[in-house]
Parts: sequence; C-alpha cells; structure tokens
Amino acid sequence: MAVRLEKPWIDLNISNVAKVAGHLGVYELANKNDEIVYIGVADATSNFGLREKLERELQQPRFGACQFRVEINMAYRTRHIELLQVYFYDRNKLPVGNEDTNPNTLGRLRPGGSIDQR
Amino acid sequence: MDFSLTEEQTIIVDMVRRFVRDEILPLEMSLDPDADEVPPEILTQLTTKTKAMGLYGLDTPPEYGGPDIGMVTRVLIAIECSQHRAGIYVPCYGAFGGARQAQLFEATEAQKEKYLYPMLRGEKRVFFGLSEPSGGSDPARSIQTRAVRDGNDHWVLNGTKLWISGADRADYGLIFARTGGEGRSGVTAFIVETNWPGFNVSRVVHTLRSAKYATEIQIDNLRVPHENILGEEGGGFAIANDRLARQRVPYAAECLGAAIKAHEMAVEYAKIRKTFGASLSSRQGIQWMLVENEIDIRAARLLVLEAAAKSDKGLPFRTESAIAKLVCSENAFKVVDRSMQIHGGLGVAKDLPLERWFREMRIRRIGEGPSEVQKHVIARDIIGSSLR
Repeated sequence: MAVRLEKPWIDLNISNVAKVAGHLGVYELANKNDEIVYIGVADATSNFGLREKLERELQQPRFGACQFRVEINMAYRTRHIELLQVYFYDRNKLPVGNEDTNPNTLGRLRPGGSIDQR
Repeated sequence: MDFSLTEEQTIIVDMVRRFVRDEILPLEMSLDPDADEVPPEILTQLTTKTKAMGLYGLDTPPEYGGPDIGMVTRVLIAIECSQHRAGIYVPCYGAFGGARQAQLFEATEAQKEKYLYPMLRGEKRVFFGLSEPSGGSDPARSIQTRAVRDGNDHWVLNGTKLWISGADRADYGLIFARTGGEGRSGVTAFIVETNWPGFNVSRVVHTLRSAKYATEIQIDNLRVPHENILGEEGGGFAIANDRLARQRVPYAAECLGAAIKAHEMAVEYAKIRKTFGASLSSRQGIQWMLVENEIDIRAARLLVLEAAAKSDKGLPFRTESAIAKLVCSENAFKVVDRSMQIHGGLGVAKDLPLERWFREMRIRRIGEGPSEVQKHVIARDIIGSSLR
C-alpha cells in the first residue's frame, strides 16, 4: 500500500457518491486543478461511513472541491494522520481545508519518493 | 477409508487454486486493504473466467443454471476460494457467484420473475432480514417485528432489524415478521423492496469486519402486498432454518481456507526468521504452535468434509454441520492467532492479511449461529431432548 493516496480522481457528484459504500476509511478532495484541498476521515461516529461524509461534502463543497478519492481502511485514524503528514512533507503546509490542524501535533514523516510540487 | 479426492474434484481444486493465485492475489495488491469489492468491469472479467470453468453460481441449483456439484466439491472450492485477504467474507470477490438469497428458489413463478431471476443475473442486490435487537440465534422467539393484515391486499409491518448485511445497497430482500402468536408458526417471510415508504436503513453498524458491513433497519408502517409473502403465512421459520442449515457447511469451510493460508505463511516465516542466531522453526515453542495449527486444520477439515459427505448422501447432517461450524470457526481463529504471534510485529501490521483475518475470524465464531448455539444443537441431538 503506497503511503500517498495515488488513485485517480472521481468527479464529486450525486451519481458517483451514491456508488461509494458505507465503509470506514479516508478520503481526499481536490479542486479542478487536481490540487488536494482537504483530507478527511470517515470514522465510527459516522452512520454511513465514507458515503455519508462525501454526501455532506457534496452539499457544501469546500474550497472549490469537485473531485474525490477514497481508501477503505479500518485503521482510518492512523491512515488519516499519515496522509496529513505526507502532504506536509511534500508541500510544507497542510491542505487549505485542514489548516485548523496544528502541524506540530502531527509528527514528522519522511517517506521515500516525491511529488512534482516538492 | 479412502479420503482421496476423485479425479474431477482434483481437477476442480487445481483450477480454483490457480484462479486465486493468478487472478485474485495480483489484483489484491492494488486494492484497499479493507476492500470487499472490485470495480464492475474487473468483476465481469473474473466471472467470464469462472463461467468458462463451469463453476459460476456455486449455490444455484443446476435447474437454475448453477454447476452440478455436490456439497463435498462445494466445500473443497470454498476452502480454495477463501485463501486471500478478503477471502473469509468475500471469497474471490464474488467471482464464483455465491449463495445470495437461496430462499427465493421457493418463490412462486410470479415472484421468481420479479425477484429471483434478476438476482441470478446479477442485476439486483438482495438482503436477508432475520435478526433483531431482541436476538438472532432464536428467531422463533426473538422476532418482534410485527405484520398486521390490512384488508385483503396488504400487510403493515413495524419493527427493527439489526446486523443485516448490505441492506443499504440492496434492491429488495426478505423481512421475517410475526403474523401470528409466539413460536415458530407465528413467523412469516415477506419480500420487501427497499424503496417502499416505511423501509429505512438507519445506520451502518461498524464492527471488526471489513467486508459486508451490517446495518440497522427501521420498519415504520411498511405496506407489503399479500402476494409478496414467500411461502406460506406462518412458514417463515422453516424458510429461515433451511437457509441457515444449508449454508453452515460452506461457511465453515471458508474459515478453513484462510486458516490454511495463515498457517502456510507462519511455516515459511518461521523458517526464514532468526532470533538469537537460530531460525524460529528450530525453537520448540514455535514448533509446537505450528503442530497445533496443523492438527487444528486437519481435524476441522475432516469434520467439515464429513458433514458435506452426509449431505451428498441425502442423510441427516444437522449435528455434523453444527460440529463442523463450531470446530472450523474456533480452530481457524486459533490458527490465525498463532500465525499472527509467530510473525511478531509484522503479524499485526496491515502489510499482511493476518490482522484482517484475525478480526474477521473473530466474528465467524458468532455469525451464522454462535459457538454456544452450535453446542446447544449438538447437545440436543446427542441427548435426544429439547433442552427447553
């Protein structure tokens, strides 16, 4: 399993979100330029997991989000932290939608590989 | 006594084993660690291959297009199919078809046209709504969902169902409701469509299981046509019981497949991993764990095949299926636990499938009749009394 979520983006619309099952896991939102604007988590407090979270995102898309991708993962909490860490490692900042998270609380990750932005 | 496979069984086992090795394992490398399905186009590719093998629709009777295989062959296939990460609950990601709602084979012709055949064609998803917050092991007593006749044409249902797999994505399914008094004869099975007013899936019930998550259903003045009764009024318990008994044997065999794979991994790891200058496999403590794995697997295999063989001979096999389910689920859990222990830290990491098998195998000791209920069934048959 790659550290970075490297799946293709899916258009954030009613039809595509309806296909997402109610599993627990993590998700990323991107704008039309494929820039990640938010990294989210569907944990056990959600009644319908990833689908419910994406339905809410669809109702009020944040920061121009129009695409999404998900990862079904029961270790959703640590995976969410990892995705935030690797995003910070790649870009030296958090996604615009996650800026309320203090990066100092995340811990430092230095994975192999790189992205174009670094 | 000859325990060897027939030539046909040997060929089938070899075909399925190669299918898992060549198609499923490479595919799984690119899936999420807790995935329970593959993209539709991939599933189509896989089912094209299983149809070419003549093995699609494993639990579909031959007269409805399923393969003409006995229970022993079914068990052998189940053991092979489940030897991958998602294999316990989604063997080969549904590429071989699967049980789905076997009760619909008992439907009227009109019901079959509307509900059975679309399911068999893979066009519709179906759920099985038996368990309730009041209980699932003893449906004859625990079912409190009520169905009241409304005129000549309809019934009105009210109640709650819990632990119902896949109801949020199903098109229709079976709801068992009480139409009469207490006990078995008061339960009726209704075919219910999920878009009818009054049918509400209120939440996903998140558990240890990665695959086929459970849901809770709120039934609120759900109007069901009288023609949607499956079987007879008051005949619901017999329908439910038949399904539970029939599926128990392959269910047990699926536990065994994952256990076999976990044990193989543990043997290989023990050979290569060294501590304090010697391989784990040279340590008596590890050897005894591997021996216990081997014995647990062999014992479970013999018991599940015995149950399957009696089924094939048309003999009563209720006791044998209960023993098989009990032993397979309990032994498989112990095997996965030991295998995880042998792997050390790697055993609990998501890098390997062991942690998923450990979580999902724990549920196998409860689902489809908990171990304690299986013992109740066996004791009743041994002692010959009702134990009520």
